[in-house]
Amino acid sequence: MTTITHRLGSETLTAGRLPRATTPSVAVASIIIGYALAVLASGEGNIGLATLFAFVLFLVTIEIATRIVEGPRQAADRRAGNLIAGAFLLALVPLGSVTWVTVSKGLARFDAAFFSQSMRNVVGEGGGAIHAVYGTLYVTGMATLISVPIGLLTAVYLAEYGARNRLSKSITFFVDVMTGVPSIVAGLFAYALMGILVGPGTKSGFSGSIALSVLMIPVVVRACEELLRLVPNELREAAYALGVPKWLTIVRVVIPTAISGIISGIILSIARVIGETAPLLIAMGFTASMNNNVFANPMMTLPVFVYDSYAHPGTDVQPYLDRAWAGALTLILIVMILNLIGRLIARRFAPKTGR
Amino acid sequence: MSKRIETTDLNVYYGDFRAVEDVTITIQPRAVTAFIGPSGCGKSTFLRTLNRMHEVIPGARVEGEVLLDGENLYGAGVDPVRVRRQVGMVFQRPNPFPTMSIKENVLAGIKLNFNRMPRNEQDELVERSLRSANLWEEVKNRLELPGSGLSGGQQQRLCIARAIAMAPEVLLMDEPCSALDPISTLAIEDLMSELKEKYTIVIVTHNMQQAARVSDTTAFFNIAGTGSPGRLIESGPTDKIFSTPDVKATEDYISGRFG
Ligand SMILES: Nc1ncnc2c1ncn2[C@@H]1O[C@H](COP(=O)(O)OP(=O)(O)OP(=O)(O)O)[C@@H](O)[C@H]1O
Ligand SMILES: [Mg+2]
Repeated sequence: MTTITHRLGSETLTAGRLPRATTPSVAVASIIIGYALAVLASGEGNIGLATLFAFVLFLVTIEIATRIVEGPRQAADRRAGNLIAGAFLLALVPLGSVTWVTVSKGLARFDAAFFSQSMRNVVGEGGGAIHAVYGTLYVTGMATLISVPIGLLTAVYLAEYGARNRLSKSITFFVDVMTGVPSIVAGLFAYALMGILVGPGTKSGFSGSIALSVLMIPVVVRACEELLRLVPNELREAAYALGVPKWLTIVRVVIPTAISGIISGIILSIARVIGETAPLLIAMGFTASMNNNVFANPMMTLPVFVYDSYAHPGTDVQPYLDRAWAGALTLILIVMILNLIGRLIARRFAPKTGR
Repeated sequence: MSKRIETTDLNVYYGDFRAVEDVTITIQPRAVTAFIGPSGCGKSTFLRTLNRMHEVIPGARVEGEVLLDGENLYGAGVDPVRVRRQVGMVFQRPNPFPTMSIKENVLAGIKLNFNRMPRNEQDELVERSLRSANLWEEVKNRLELPGSGLSGGQQQRLCIARAIAMAPEVLLMDEPCSALDPISTLAIEDLMSELKEKYTIVIVTHNMQQAARVSDTTAFFNIAGTGSPGRLIESGPTDKIFSTPDVKATEDYISGRFG
């Protein structure tokens, strides 16, 4: 028998606890003092400086108090927790600011006319973005139809069949390269491709979809591959042991097990491309009218609409700016709705664990 | 149903590493054969070659013959998928399909292969399989609930039901009770004694009492040292192996004087 000769820390099991009210009261005090310091330092109420002072003051005070009362381990715990909370709040600032500005400026034209009229024959006030809303749905929908099968099948090859052979390594390499392609290059590619296939200068919703697919496919491949790899091997073996062929195992066991994550990945990749402007400018051009045919004539999407309204206003600038903000708000809402739908679908398909 | 398995000079490799060396054994139909031996001696590896499950592992390969009622599983033109439909397997850790209900899990082998089956036959098969796996009474009122919601022992019995719903000739079980409590273990041991009326059963176990209780034949595997391949030391009727084995190492292992 060996005996344990060393022991960490003191013999008691209890440690001091700071009272519950410590954190909120220190926070309030730090904010007040931080603001006062900022006024002293810069002569005026600079919010950024005040927040910085307040946060540093808060960290230091809590650190000292915890060290004295509770001990160094708890102090480290609180320090890490406070830093993470700080980082979280910092990350929320741009999000909150973008949402606030878009909503407050976008509401001016967020009306029925905006969602029932196009910009055909509209100069100055009035008009709407229905052509751009439809265009966004058509072009992104078409891009999804192209990218998801290609991306998912590639991911299946990489995760299930490739087994790190040469081909799968080079596919992974090129997918990584594709992830880094600047979006404008994707637009040029689509424009050139359609120029060769159909004729020079062809602009259609479909070429826009191709440009978006170039951007979307690598994201889909990466997301789906990771998710397929997460499916436990035991499930594949269980299926093989029942005499299920490999392809059926993939289609009916592996993909269904990962489906909720795959759907989230696809939604994320849609969100990634739905806001693209530059490639669509090249591949699809502009239009002020409704176009329900994806395969012919220019088509408008919301980002292009926003850009166009902002960049080419008429003599009376305000209505154009109002429409641009309303377009941006609509785009954010579309992405949000997509995310919600994705979540609902994911929850519907998630592996059941309930008892 | 139920077929005899014979292997001759079977070697199994993982890449360059020989995990199992020169195993020659005959596994009788309508009987339980137990594989015992220290950890890492290649019991699971050998078991998986009996339904070509080792092929799932990249780099794993086999030399030698496995005959299922005289037909070589490794002969030219033999389809591993067909082999596995005749030689079912139950794994050490229960692995019900998480996306499927209890009932769908039992029918998985049929449904995943797109075999059409009338509804009443399905229901009958589900009940029969679950009854044989001693699980019917516990789950008959929640067949539509997910299989992953069952306890570990129930999940394992569900996996057994799933395997026997395919009506295999042979059932391979790799430490099926290692995650189970004594009562579930007993249920599965009873089940094996019933199943051997119809099937050829091979079980890997670390539990000597279990091997002694359920098996008719026992095969002892051993390794000379780390990095050397596992070998079949001896096999024979269970009473003989447990009372008067021919080899000293077997006696040492069984009586716990190993290593
Ligand atoms: N996938 C694999 N790749 C490479 N080597 C493996 C693999 N699986 C097992 N081995 C090796 O093959 C040998 C036999 O392993 P195996 O799993 O068959 O042992 P076992 O007798 O089932 O042991 P246990 O009783 O612990 O389950 C071991 O040396 C092991 O390291
Ligand atoms: Mg094993």
